[in-house]
Order: sequence, then structure tokens, then C-alpha cells
Amino acid sequence: MDSVKKNTEIHPDERRIILKNADLPDYDVSIDCYLRNGGYEVMKQAFASRKPEELCQEVMDSEVRGRGGAGFPAGMKWKFLDRKSGKPIYLICNADESEPGTFKDRQIIHKDPHQLIEGMMITAFATGTAKAFIYIREEMPLGAKILEEAIEEARAKNLVGDNILGSDYSCDLIVHRGAAAYICGEETGLIESLEGKRAYPRIKPPYFPAALGLYMCPTIVNNVETLCNVVHIVEMGGKEYAKIGKPGNTGTRIWCLSGHVRNPGYFELENGKFTYGDLIYKFGGGLRDGRSLQALIPGGSSSKVLRAGERFTGKLRSGEEFNWGIEDIPLDFDGPMAAGSMSGSGAVVVIDDSVDIVEVLANINAFYAHESCGQCTPCREGSLWMKKITTRMANGGAREEDADLLASIGDQIAGRTVCAHGEACAWPTQSFVAKFRDKFIEKAKQDPEEAKKRPFRMV
Amino acid sequence: MSEEIKKETVTIYIDGKAAEVPSGSNLVDALESVGKEVPHYCYHPKLSVSGNCRMCLVEMGTPGRDRATGEPILNDDGSPKIMWVPKPVIGCATNVSPGMHVRTESDQVKTCREGVMEFLLVNHPLDCPICDQAGECRLQEFATDYGRGYSRFIEEKNVKPKRTRIGPRVMLDDERCILCSRCIRFSEEIAEDPVLGFIDRGSYSTLTTFPGTQLENNYSLNTVDICPVGALTSTDFRFRMRVWFLKETQSIDTESSVGCNTVVGSREGTIYRITPRRNDEVNDTWMPDSGRALYKQVDCDDRLTAYAVEGRPVSPAEAISVAAGRLLEEGGVAILASGRLSVEEQFLLKKIRGELNGPVPTYLVARHGEGDGKLLSADRNPNVRGALLTGLIDELPEESLGELEGLIKEGSIKTVLAVGEDLLEAGLSEESVKKVKVVLVGSHHTQCAQHAEVEIPLLTVFEKSGTFVNQQFRVQKFAQAVPGPAGTLHGLSTFTRMLEALNPDAVVEPSPAMIWEEMQSVIPEFAGMQFEAIPSTGTVVGDSRFANLPFVETQGLHFEPKAALAEA
Repeated sequence: MDSVKKNTEIHPDERRIILKNADLPDYDVSIDCYLRNGGYEVMKQAFASRKPEELCQEVMDSEVRGRGGAGFPAGMKWKFLDRKSGKPIYLICNADESEPGTFKDRQIIHKDPHQLIEGMMITAFATGTAKAFIYIREEMPLGAKILEEAIEEARAKNLVGDNILGSDYSCDLIVHRGAAAYICGEETGLIESLEGKRAYPRIKPPYFPAALGLYMCPTIVNNVETLCNVVHIVEMGGKEYAKIGKPGNTGTRIWCLSGHVRNPGYFELENGKFTYGDLIYKFGGGLRDGRSLQALIPGGSSSKVLRAGERFTGKLRSGEEFNWGIEDIPLDFDGPMAAGSMSGSGAVVVIDDSVDIVEVLANINAFYAHESCGQCTPCREGSLWMKKITTRMANGGAREEDADLLASIGDQIAGRTVCAHGEACAWPTQSFVAKFRDKFIEKAKQDPEEAKKRPFRMV
Repeated sequence: MSEEIKKETVTIYIDGKAAEVPSGSNLVDALESVGKEVPHYCYHPKLSVSGNCRMCLVEMGTPGRDRATGEPILNDDGSPKIMWVPKPVIGCATNVSPGMHVRTESDQVKTCREGVMEFLLVNHPLDCPICDQAGECRLQEFATDYGRGYSRFIEEKNVKPKRTRIGPRVMLDDERCILCSRCIRFSEEIAEDPVLGFIDRGSYSTLTTFPGTQLENNYSLNTVDICPVGALTSTDFRFRMRVWFLKETQSIDTESSVGCNTVVGSREGTIYRITPRRNDEVNDTWMPDSGRALYKQVDCDDRLTAYAVEGRPVSPAEAISVAAGRLLEEGGVAILASGRLSVEEQFLLKKIRGELNGPVPTYLVARHGEGDGKLLSADRNPNVRGALLTGLIDELPEESLGELEGLIKEGSIKTVLAVGEDLLEAGLSEESVKKVKVVLVGSHHTQCAQHAEVEIPLLTVFEKSGTFVNQQFRVQKFAQAVPGPAGTLHGLSTFTRMLEALNPDAVVEPSPAMIWEEMQSVIPEFAGMQFEAIPSTGTVVGDSRFANLPFVETQGLHFEPKAALAEA
């Protein structure tokens, strides 16, 4: 089997649950290795002695929140399943990891595929799933190959397929390679794509996956990391799992750190135990010499940017007042939310003072314009318009009124689209312009000849 | 929608004002039912909801209920507390519910509409001066009504294919396309010929046909009708006439017994196009392409425009008088009538028959094709049922005219009055046609005109008013769109004058209204009906007298054959 490079330098403060084995030097993707390390034991026990409802309750008790981006409680998602329709229930693992800056699911798939399979089969059993799918990003061909081989191994051991582990429960698991578009990661777009159509997200209402999902049947769509968590929730019990992290922010998260830090990479950390400052300086090794922090994107390129030096004040849900700088924001779901942004998919992008902030936005806008599916008007036209403006600005054609225009276009998109891509493309523009207004105005004063010397082009 | 369902209503509050709207309807339709426009592009009442244009965004709230107890949450004054949805919702995908509140004029809704309008226009070519849609373009209308009125866009616009022939009758301009997907949904859901789709992504999305296919089904031009902008245009109508010059006349498609409701667009006596007219009981908002070309029979080289006796041009009065004389003198007359004549013409023809001596065998030319299950039925005559109701015929027309041929051969028929049909084309042999004297009342110079003793021009459906009875026994009106050829008698005059020539006491005014006066007193199904009172969507009359006739129609849109119903 193929294998990928291991990251053997594990920071001692990491709490590795999902990635417990993934980076061990002698750990490979074979089922034998997984079984040697206690793999599939949780599943076997669950099938032998637990009722599906109990398993669902464990996940509910664990308060585990979805790791894909929205942070919706997984147990709640399962509870919403329409069980009265009489239609088959489908389970889809969203492995279309494509938010710029995110590379955590890839680690799991490439290094510990059986953990995902075990998590999925427990989930399938718990929810009464008739058929399960892994929708994997087209750009991860190796991951798809590894998963397919792993599923075959699991099938041979009666862990997937008919009468799993001698029970009367049968469920097949199918790997489906995605259509190479960011929007395929949006759950209803994913479902459309899986059905063989263009990944046009569906309108909600009425097409909530829990009732009208894949083939108009009740469907659960969960992220890779979320499904892996199910193994550990069932193993240690939901209430016990909930003790990890903080209330409402339970468990660990795999953070993907990229950008201008000395030691970029992924770090599995207990929720709420660390801050963004810890991530950048302690785990990430800090900025390069002579450079200072300019901005931070706290949860994938679609999350709202934070500017160095900003103070965030307010009251937490618990009533506790806070007054944070960027470095103080807790590394969990609620921390960046309180700071007006989001933890998203856990992709933290560090931006130092070496770059032109307008170019950063131009780059992000280029991505979202390219990835807008084109179905609904505000996102389709707005994203490209914003890209055209920021590209022009970056190339010496900035006008003072562009800042207001950009902000206004962003306002015309967010909240008015079929899916969250509207927010994904509007939030960067809205936040960059709001927080770096001076830089955008300054850009208008730049000598166009100066800009021509270093033309800004999209990759 | 049946009458009963229509009556069920719920009360919603539109900008604070209570209104009764049909229950189960979406906000676009519900608000339209009380005269309030919710602008929209992608929504079409006869297609699935796709919700992509975002033009119909409104604010919506419902009466709050306590989660634990289910009790309504009330304001201090006892009124229900409205829980407003934080984001605007699309009207097309939001169904009404009792007590729902909708804001259509708030600042948020206004800015939503301004935003969508601006976005739709940034990459639109704005080539209205050369666009056929101008004048009936939603983009123009809503830009005026809901747009900002100025542009903030200074970038380069996207460039897309400007003229792609996506089918024999449809031309596509991708730059004008706003990607509403109506045409795609129509092709899939109504025409059942899914050849259209988008390629590429985002703002570069482009409508096209799947490789190796083209939009060539007989319903392709409906995509042009439902295209809210000028992206899809008819190759026939393209660049020929500004729509605001067109006079619109309500008419009926005569190509089959479905009787699609249509609108004829004409200017100064020339017809430029035929488009469908909505009738939810007959054709919804669709019609076949084939029916749209029928106007070409009006201005064509072989129109019969002159009255003639034995090839000699005569006045209308003389032609009719010679014809009447011929019909009276000889005896042994047969009538070859047409299922394309109006009810009024058929009724007058029956009266004419009553003035003739002896039995007058009467035939209709059968036109059978294959029913397409939609809007083209197996009976390609629009008005066979009219001929039955008026008593012009008692049986359905036979596939061949063998009986008439036999009667001519044995010499018992000496004169044939052919109205709206050509004896040779209908299947009679030339030998038989030569054996009889022919009085031809026809709209076109057809083959047997050379054998006709008397030629009298007939008006086409576009040149007269009247009614047809479709496969549902629905009496449907059509109105005169253009004048007939110069020098021809107008309206029903040919028939009333012939009647008068046969019997000077039988004076009938040549207007549908007066003929309906008489018909309603002698035809039980028409009892009490008045021509003017027939609604534009038609009136269904009783069919019990004809329940045992083997009608040829098979299932179509809004039509179940009686036999199939009986079996079910």
C-alpha cells in the first residue's frame, strides 16, 4: 500500500486522539496494523452489545460539534433525521476538504483510513443507514486509492457489507471521487454531485438533507474528523468525552496552521486549552525574523480576517466578560466566534507585514470567484465583480471609492444566496475592507507605474 | 387547480395588511393573487422551483410559539408576536401559512432587489436597441421598477458566444442569458427532451446543448417564450418586428383538437408571430412549435382571393348566386365539409344543407396523426366536435371518402359543395372529381380548383372570429387578427349570403353573436350561452350525446380520453 510522509515531531502539548497513531513511524494504513493497535474493537463491542439509540445518545451526550466548518452539533444532526418517511437513510462522509488552508482530513485519510471506516460503520449502525458513501475530493487520488483498498480489507473481515460481524445489519460503503470543485463540499451541492449532477447547492427549505437528501431520502453528511470522533466517543462514553475541552467545545480539534510562521503544520489540540497566540508562537514557532503579524485568518479563507492589534471585547455566553487581543482568542469554536469571526474548518492562516493586504484579498477573491458555482445571482456576479475590482486595485488601478464599492458588493451578497458560498465570498471582502480601510485607501495613491513593475496575476 | 382547492384560503399579512390568499401557494403566486407583484426571473408557475435568481427575496415572519408548551407567544397588547426570519427568504420557495407576515416594501427588500438587479446587469451586454426582447424584457422592466438607475461597474464585461443556433428554430445569445434555468427545466420537465445544460462555472456559466444534440423538439419555441431576457430568440421572429408595435389578438391553435390558446401578434394586417396564451385547463402556458408557423398560410402565393365561375372572375354576388343555383337545380348534392371550420360556419352549412332538395350526404375530412401525449392530439382537426354538436355530421369522419366516391361512381351525386377542403387532397380520384360539378369554398388554390365550377374564397382562422370545440368539449373563442384578402367577403357573409340565395326568407346576420342566439335555442348543449359571454379560457359543454363515439384522442396534457377514464 501507498503511504505518505510522517510528521514525527509531535509537540508534547498536543493531545492526540484522532491522530494518535497516524504519525507513529511504524504505523501503516493496512488493516492488520489498525487491528494490532486495537482497531475495530469499539465497533465490534458496539455491534455486539449496544443498541443504535444508545450510540446516538452517546454522540448527543458528547456534545461533539461538526468539524467541517459550521460547527453544528453532530448528535443534533442525527436526531433531525426523518425516520418516519420509510425511505432508506444514507450516510455521507464529506471528504471534499477544499477550504484554502485546510489539510487535516487528508492526514486521516492518508495515514489512518480504517479509523474513518470504523467511525462510519458505527455511525451507520447507530443511525440505521442503508448505504454509506465517502465523497472524496477529486484532487486526492491517493486518498481515494487508500480508502478503496482499506474498505476491501474491511469487507474481507466482514466489517463492511452484508451481515456485518454476524449481525443482521448490512451496509455497504462506497468511495466516490468528487467533481473537483469547492462547492462540492457544500453538503447539498455534494449530494447533487453524488447523484451525478452539477454540484448546484439545493434551496433550503425544502431540501434539508435530514429529510430530503441523497435521492430525496433522509441523509446525514458529516466531516471526516467528526466521524472519526465517533469511535472515541463510543469508546470512552459520551459524557466522558465531553470532559475533554470545554462545555460546548468538547473534544480535540486538528488545527491547520499555514502562512508566515516558522513551523506550519497540523496540531491536534484540546479545545479551549490554548489560544491563537499559543498556536502561532508555541506550536507554530512564531513569525520569521524581523517580521510582525499583520493579519490572521482564523478558520479558513472564508472566515473574517482579524487585524493585528485589534481588541475584542464583549460578553461570552457564560456571562464572562472578555477583552482579547488576537493572541488571546481561545482556540475552540466559540472563541473566534466571539471575536466576530469563526473557527471554520480549523485552518489558521498567518499573514505578516511582508505582503500587501489588497493582494491578499485579491487572491482570496480570485479563489471564490473561480469556485462560485454560478447558480444564484448574488454570488455568481458579485464574486467575479469583487475579483475584478481587487485585481485592478492590485495592479495599480485602485480608486478611493473602491473600498466602499467592495463593501457594498459584499453586503449585497451575504445572506441572499442559495448556500453559504455567498457568505464565504463576501466575508473576506467585508472584513478586509472594514479592518484595513486605510490600506485600501492608500492603495489608490500608489503610483500605477510602481504596480506595473510587479504585476499581480492569479495563479 | 380545481375550483374547490381554489376556494381554500389562508389569511396572511402583506406589509401589515391582511389578505386572503390560496392556501398551499407560494408567496409569489399568493401575492400575485391579490395584485401585488413580487419580481422574479427564474420562478415559473408551471415549472419546478429552482430559486436561483434571488429577485423574489422578501422578509417573512410567522407567529411565534413557545417551544416547550406550543402556546402562541403574544405581544403586550395581546397580538401574536411575529418571529421574523433574520435573512430575507425567496418568495418562490416559501409557502404561505396562516398568520404569516410578509414585507415587500421594506428597506431591506428594496436593497435586495437593487442588489440583484445590479448584479444581473454587470455582465449583461445592454444591447437593448438591437434585442428582440426589448419591450417585453423582465430585465428592462425590473431595472426600471426596482433598479438603482445607474451603474457602478467599470470593469470589463464577460464575453460569451453571441449567436449560437441551438436548434432549427431557436437562437441563443449567451451574453444576455441570466442563467435562470427556466429553459433547462422546461426541456426536462415539460418537453421531456433534456438537451440543455450549463457548462463552465460562476459568472462564466454558459447555456448550451449536450454534445451531439440540439433543441429541435416540437416545443422548443416555448423556451423563447419563457426566457425572461433576450437570450433565446425565435429564428423566425428575430429582427422582424418590435414587439410594442404588435397588436395582440386572442386566438386558438388549429393544428389539432387540443385547441391551444394563443395570442396572434400582428401589425398593419400582417402577422408576425403566434405565442401561447395561458389556460390552466388546456395548454398551461405552452404550445407546439408547429402551431406557431400556421400564420404563414395567410400571406402566401396560393391564397384563393378571387371569386370565379368556370375560371372567369366574377363579383362575390354572382359567384354565390351561381353556386346557389347549381346546388338547387340538380339535386344529388353532397357536402364535403371541414373540421377546420368554425362552429358558426358549420352551423350555417347545416342550415344551407336544409335548404337543398333530397338527402344531402355530408362528409368531414378525417385528419389523424399520432398524439404526442402533450399538446398535439391524434385528431388534427380543431373542430370535429363542433360539427357533431351543430348536427352537421352524426358520426366521426371516416379515414377515407370511399362512400362518396361510390356515390359519385353510381351517379347519384352530381354536385359537390366542398367547404374548406380539397376533393383531390381528401382522397377522391380525379376521375370522380371530373364526373361532378364542384362548388369550391376554399382559402387556398388547391389542386381541385381547376375542376371547380364555382370558386369562392374562404377566410383563415386569423381573418375571422368564431368558436371551436376542442377535445374536452370546451367551446373556445378566437378573434379576428387581420383583415381577409382585399375584395373577399368578411366574416360569415359568404355563408349567410349563400343561405339567403337559397331561401330569400332565411336572413341571418353574419355575426357570431347572432348565430349563437339561434344556436343556443336549437342545440341543447349550447342552451343559454352567448358568444360574448364565453370566457377567454372557454366553456365546457355536455358531451353525453356523443359518449359512444370512438374518438381517436389519447392522453395529453390536461386530457384523459373517456375510455381510459371509464377503465380506471
